[in-house]
Amino acid sequence: MAVNSGTDPQDILARKPRSLWRDSLQRLLRNRLALAGGAAVIAVALVAVFAAFIAPFGFAEQDLILNNAVPPWLMWLMPEGAENYARITPKFPLGADALGRDLLSRTIYGTRISLAIAVVAASVSLLVGTVYGTVSGYLGGRVDNFMMRIVDFLYGFPFLIVVILLQTYFKAVSRRGTAECFASVILQWNDKLGGMLLLFVAIGLVNWIGMARIARGQVLSYKEKEFVEAARSVGARHSRIIFRHLIPNVMGPLIVAETLAIPGYIFTEAFLSFIGLGVDPPTPSWGIMISEGVRGLRSYPLQALVPAVALSITTLAFNFLGDGLRDAFDPRMAE
Amino acid sequence: MTENNVILRVENLTKHFPITRGILFQRQIGSIQAVDDISFSIMQGETLGLVGESGCGKSTTGRSILQLYRPTSGKVFYREHELTKMKGEDLRRNRRNMQMIFQDPYASLNPRMTVRNIISEPLEVHGIGNSSERRERVQELLRLVGLNPYFINRYPHEFSGGQRQRIGVARALALRPELIICDEPISALDVSIQAQVVNLLEELQERFGLTYLFIAHDLSMVRHICDRTAVMYLGKLVELAPREDLYESPLHPYTQALLSAVPIPDPIKERRRKRIILEGDVPSPANPPKGCRFHTRCPLAVDVCMEEIPEWREAVDSHWVACHLV
Repeated sequence: MAVNSGTDPQDILARKPRSLWRDSLQRLLRNRLALAGGAAVIAVALVAVFAAFIAPFGFAEQDLILNNAVPPWLMWLMPEGAENYARITPKFPLGADALGRDLLSRTIYGTRISLAIAVVAASVSLLVGTVYGTVSGYLGGRVDNFMMRIVDFLYGFPFLIVVILLQTYFKAVSRRGTAECFASVILQWNDKLGGMLLLFVAIGLVNWIGMARIARGQVLSYKEKEFVEAARSVGARHSRIIFRHLIPNVMGPLIVAETLAIPGYIFTEAFLSFIGLGVDPPTPSWGIMISEGVRGLRSYPLQALVPAVALSITTLAFNFLGDGLRDAFDPRMAE
Repeated sequence: MTENNVILRVENLTKHFPITRGILFQRQIGSIQAVDDISFSIMQGETLGLVGESGCGKSTTGRSILQLYRPTSGKVFYREHELTKMKGEDLRRNRRNMQMIFQDPYASLNPRMTVRNIISEPLEVHGIGNSSERRERVQELLRLVGLNPYFINRYPHEFSGGQRQRIGVARALALRPELIICDEPISALDVSIQAQVVNLLEELQERFGLTYLFIAHDLSMVRHICDRTAVMYLGKLVELAPREDLYESPLHPYTQALLSAVPIPDPIKERRRKRIILEGDVPSPANPPKGCRFHTRCPLAVDVCMEEIPEWREAVDSHWVACHLV
């Protein structure tokens, strides 16, 4: 009853108008874990944007004499007897990798890759998925049936094989230098993005599907509501009904699903880079760094640990934020 | 009542919803006969009540008139314009003259829009006025339906059911329509609020000369507000008569049964009231009975009722009925 009480005109006038978005925001701000997650996400984003100013060294800058260096204050993390073989130097705050590059700087630059993947994959899948799902659900009938069978087909498609084919093909073409027209344009862009374009394509190609399904389901339930019928009875066009009435109402669950999917994107990128199908070296992706660090895990655990911790913090932050958003948009789920 | 006073004419309106089966290759395996071959007209300025049990096709009739559902067959005329033939722009322009008030005030207002956007949407859609003119009109409409014009930037969830229904009424009035289809506008409200909304509707009718098609299942409310009343059973009109005729001397056995269920607010008469209890349930509209659709439950049914569909005719002066026994 607390929500419905006070519909007395004076009561209503005394309050500020509150949209459902603002209600959700306030619920989000009351959720400590989500707030911490949100703060961490913002911090990571700031680090990514200002990486060049924060990082003490460049991501490809080498000091070949100090390869595998360990800072003195971190010796406790090293295996027993490490002081006999490890180079100890305070030059690198978190040590250096096998090629003598600063671990901290590379991890800082690595946020850029992870966040770029998160942002691009999320916006692409949100945009494509929302439009596709909304149109499919709104039109209904045979069109809906057909459009959803395409989605089913793509859903059953082995994602990893597509990525492997894509990457091996383009990498081979680029090594041979025989790329022609279309492929060469793609390769140029890919090089400019440090090998990320193909990752964007691969991740984007798969992940709009889930969004499309959610959007369609939501639209199917909302399009039967009376306010949509009211809009039709005043003569509103389809575009108006879709953009003014349906999309604002289906956005909530989609944003939640998208936020919860972002750790997945970051993980996918790290995983693909880990197995050598991701970005091209020397672009410092966390996945590549972990895969390089794993080789010397016994002697130099820091090299895998630092990017792994960064990866965990980022994905956890997005997960907490997503959980908080879900509770904020649908208060019934929280209790 | 002369012919040119007719604002809406419905001729042999039929709406069947297909029942389909199959995922990829859908085929029709039957149909729900929601509305079947009904005809009536509404005069300018009157209130025509449409009553019947749930699922008898009242709402479908209202929606088919507005072309929210395209009728399977039959014609709907708004004055001399045949709505059933219209498409696209023509239909859009004609929608200005007919609006609808919905049953559920919680579902009929978009929760993401402010009151201002909700009420001015019809104006925007038809390109009426600029933004400040529309704002003024919205405030005027709010005052008209008894809400404070300062509520303009509020969202629907900040209002009570009755207040929301008033917002719905304001939206329906925005385009200055002649005909408003009220689809059970009060059945979702508390009894105390029902009277307020009904009074508001009556006031507005007097002020703007509105014509209502009032869909309801509350017989005493319909008696209070309507000039004429039509009774529907399983997709068919069974009786249509001026208010007093229908309530005092119902001709169709179904109407008689319905009216016998209304309590009388007089203990002496109430004690003498005899209820006609109908046997069984309403048959499925997917497979309605042959002949008169009411014959399975009619206490007076004879052989002819099972074979022939009773003709829709004027039994007494302006008292229409579809029954073999009348």
